Amino acid sequence: MFRGRFPIHRRKSYWLQVLENYELYLFLSPALLYLLIFHYFPMMGIVIAFKDFTPSLGIWGSPWVGLRHFIRFFNMPMFSVILKNTLTLSIYELLAGFPLPIILALILNSCPSLQFKKVVQTVSYAPHFISTVVLVGMINIFFAPSYGIVGHILRKFHLLEGPLFILNDPAWFPHLYVWSGIWANLGWNSIIYLGALTGVDLNLYEAAEIDGANKLQKIIHIDLPALLPTIVVLFILNAGRIMSIGFEKVFLMQNAMNLSTSEVISTYVYKTGIGQGSYSLATAIGLFNSVINFAMLIMVNKIAKKLGETSLW
Amino acid sequence: MVIKEGKKMKRSHFDFWFDIVIYIVLGITLFIIAYPLYFVIIASVSDPIEVTSGRVMFYPVKFGLDSYKKVLEYKELWIGYRNTLIYTTCYTLLSVTITLMAGYALSRKELIGKNIIMAYMVFTMFFSGGLIPTYLLVRSLGLIGNPVVIIILGSVNVYNIIIARTFIQSTIPNELFEAASMDGCGHTRFFFSVVLPLSPALIAVMVLFAAVTQWNSWFNAMIYLNRKELMPLQMILRDIIVSQATFLREMAMDVLGEDFAREALLAETMKYAVIIVASLPILVIYPFLQKYFVKGIMIGSLKQ
Repeated sequence: MFRGRFPIHRRKSYWLQVLENYELYLFLSPALLYLLIFHYFPMMGIVIAFKDFTPSLGIWGSPWVGLRHFIRFFNMPMFSVILKNTLTLSIYELLAGFPLPIILALILNSCPSLQFKKVVQTVSYAPHFISTVVLVGMINIFFAPSYGIVGHILRKFHLLEGPLFILNDPAWFPHLYVWSGIWANLGWNSIIYLGALTGVDLNLYEAAEIDGANKLQKIIHIDLPALLPTIVVLFILNAGRIMSIGFEKVFLMQNAMNLSTSEVISTYVYKTGIGQGSYSLATAIGLFNSVINFAMLIMVNKIAKKLGETSLW
Repeated sequence: MVIKEGKKMKRSHFDFWFDIVIYIVLGITLFIIAYPLYFVIIASVSDPIEVTSGRVMFYPVKFGLDSYKKVLEYKELWIGYRNTLIYTTCYTLLSVTITLMAGYALSRKELIGKNIIMAYMVFTMFFSGGLIPTYLLVRSLGLIGNPVVIIILGSVNVYNIIIARTFIQSTIPNELFEAASMDGCGHTRFFFSVVLPLSPALIAVMVLFAAVTQWNSWFNAMIYLNRKELMPLQMILRDIIVSQATFLREMAMDVLGEDFAREALLAETMKYAVIIVASLPILVIYPFLQKYFVKGIMIGSLKQ
């Protein structure tokens, strides 16, 4: 009856099935090979965090030093600074940046004019495609001391006398960093919530209307609960990244004057490692960061599971 | 009955004002997001002196294309442009091919060991060797300074593979392959003559994600490339618009005279023109492809 290549016998041996579908493994091989070379090999390279790596001796030939680099890092005056900066930036980003896309999605979803909604969507997604370099460039140009548009506007309303010194002010760095990020990604991050809202059963709105619910009540009692699973999953993902503040934007926004609030773990790893050639120390710092990240992800996921909501796995 | 009518009246009254609040909030949001973009455009076509002295706010003043002329003369920028075009094309081809092939393979239920392979892949999303071990690896492979590294690094994105897998799984039923295989059609032929033609939306999403990523990237170039003529656009942009030169120039201006000032001011507005020139390709095609981007995010958000 089954003359094809894949009869539905249940008893067929695994190896036979693997052999019959060898093409699938060929299809997978470039991706698997890439991950092996560029992800798993470097993971083995982590051992240099416990060694005194010198390029001439190679990774395996360099002598073991145990936890010396970690201890050195924990005793550095920089340790508390970069840890504090990293946490400040990411917690600030999470608290300010996480709820806003949800609110935007809820508002967009109850906007009476479809056309207006579309315009807002199209415009608000656009900044997401601007490169980090251009985004930081725009910040530098807009907030430039005497030529910048922000300074001009403030002076016009007599809120400022003389040049604007925000770019070089360490106290302003977290605000600039977080709010420029929100500007760039607010619309984009709302897409996922808007998508979840399209799945809401329209009968629910009708029933609510019959019961005399107004628009705000519909948002609170229908839309918000519909978003809750998505919110939980995204919150887990974001909380898991709490220590991995992106390198690129911070690095570009850094200048000699704002380092006291802008030096974070990833930029410090770059400077110690690539800049000064202290490979082992930089790897140790990076590993410390990865381990905390990984732990955070697992912990937050556990909490979500306990609460009985959706979890990642 | 009367109470119900009253309740309805109150509700529609509330909803009316609620709608107005929605319009106001969305209007403000729209303005805040659009204004900086709009300002870059009007500043790029205005007179440098007008821009730097703050007279340009809502419309171009003393329209002129001097800034763009200056950009055209900037040779390094165009070399960067060319490099980025080459890197983006090669990277996109490589990345999309690998992603679609892997996504297809993972979507088939005939694949034995799928869970192990998925775990092998997903683990790399959450844990990595970090910058230094990767750098040392690239160095020991002798790839420092070689533009190939720009094309290869990041070409495999596990997240995109999962998107591709989910998409293929949900659009191409397994029965289709079972039927085809009975007629002697293998996976390779099925992939090329059935899966690819049926997945234009998926291919569009993957091409766009890859192209935008590479177009906007500069980090790998900064770390792994060392010759200026190989640098991508974003690295050149970084020199023009991000470096602290602005600040220093402003201070120098107070010391030096008017002649120098004119030239320096033009260099200021040139930045606006540079931003436009560098972001134009993506900002122009983006509205047309918006629905694909959105679709990509939605597929990616499906729970596996």
